[in-house]
Amino acid sequence: MRVHIDWTACDGRGLCAELLPELLSEDDWGFPVARGDMTVPPALEPAARQAVDRCPALALKLITSDPARASS
Amino acid sequence: MTSVAEAPPGSSVQLRLLAGTPGTRLDAHLSQHGRMPVTDTAQVIGMARDAGLTGRGGAGFPLWRKLSAVAASGRPPIVIANGAEGEPASGKDKTLLSYAPNLVLDGLQLIAYGAKSAVLYVPAASHPGLRSLLDQRRSAGLDRVPVQLVAAPDAFVSGEESAVASAVAGRGAVPADKLIRITDSGPGGAPTLVQNVETLAHLAMIARYGAGWFRTAGTYDEPGTFLATIGGAVAAPGVVEAGYGVSLGDLLTAAGGATRRLSAVLVGGYHGGWVPADPGLPISRAALTPYGGSPGAGVVMALPTDACGLVETARIAGYLAGQTAGQCGPCINGLPRLADTLTDLAQRRARPGLPAEVERLARLVTGRGACRHPDGSARLIHSAMRAFEADVAAHLTGRCLSEENYR
Repeated sequence: MRVHIDWTACDGRGLCAELLPELLSEDDWGFPVARGDMTVPPALEPAARQAVDRCPALALKLITSDPARASS
Repeated sequence: MTSVAEAPPGSSVQLRLLAGTPGTRLDAHLSQHGRMPVTDTAQVIGMARDAGLTGRGGAGFPLWRKLSAVAASGRPPIVIANGAEGEPASGKDKTLLSYAPNLVLDGLQLIAYGAKSAVLYVPAASHPGLRSLLDQRRSAGLDRVPVQLVAAPDAFVSGEESAVASAVAGRGAVPADKLIRITDSGPGGAPTLVQNVETLAHLAMIARYGAGWFRTAGTYDEPGTFLATIGGAVAAPGVVEAGYGVSLGDLLTAAGGATRRLSAVLVGGYHGGWVPADPGLPISRAALTPYGGSPGAGVVMALPTDACGLVETARIAGYLAGQTAGQCGPCINGLPRLADTLTDLAQRRARPGLPAEVERLARLVTGRGACRHPDGSARLIHSAMRAFEADVAAHLTGRCLSEENYR
């Protein structure tokens, strides 16, 4: 399971980095920065769900696999 | 930029898409290439796979895999020929659309088998000429799926796949989040296939002359020809067609040759990378990967030794920062800061840690947007910091190598 950030929705409120400090930090402007590949270890799943639920911009999702980011 | 180079003798520059009579005349097109064979989706997927045809819009993704993904959805797709060409240094799509528009439209019909609708997404200025050509083709029974013209805005990101799909759906031409692939479900719900106009023109040639013929140009791993837009310090800037693996020297010669001594060449456009001005360097993904570059959409820009690569890169970085779609925080905030920091270095406003700060910001924005605009911008800047390492050192001491005569 991984955390996906919809960057078009995120407005850098910073809740996710507070709720998931193991996975996320903040950049110079308060937007989340992944510490790794955003894979959620089982122990962090409750915190990850909380971060998804509490994001004011609804910008976070939990996904089971990485979509191909192909572009033409 | 519409000049098309002739192949010098003995060079690997070769004309395919740009061979024959240029223009919109349907009779000339049909007498040169004949009508297209009738094919279904499975046949088109097969020929694209056998030919090894990859997207010519920049990312180089295999066409057959996208065709398969759309076919797997089992629903009639929207198919879009993308001629937005938002990249200022590129002119090859515009040239192709004025030189051989019928090949593009033939290719669009090939991917439109069973489609819900077919769209030609090109700048509005080209619509009147193309509309009359589309009418002729329809009357001649060439276009079984009617083609709709949609205006591509003049913006760097307007040609990005999800931005194209969004524009065609009547929304803004801005990139979308990639959680749902548009090949499964585009903005209007239908599976959506976006292909660069050059890719479609190659497909139209493959349908007539075969995958084996296509593979006689290019390399084993990167078959076929590509359209390159050659600019910068060359005598005859314009569009050149050549097989992948063509030497940089042959490309520059086809564009009239370098007008001054060169210090580096930008390959792949504003999201590309700086490579050494080595005439023997092959222009292929395999040969450019070590420099962090790729042929991309075929832009080749020659930098003379009396121009500063850092100043030129800072200019491009400033342009790219102004071309953010304004949606993603890291791009909105990061690209202007990155451009300003690089400009300080380019203008020799030295301070401790300046080069490291440029590299940090470039890493910071990478992978943090709905599209690859931040990634591509960062790639260009990383490559500049490597290619112009000596210039960086000189700038930190207040000197600039382009002003000195020893190179």
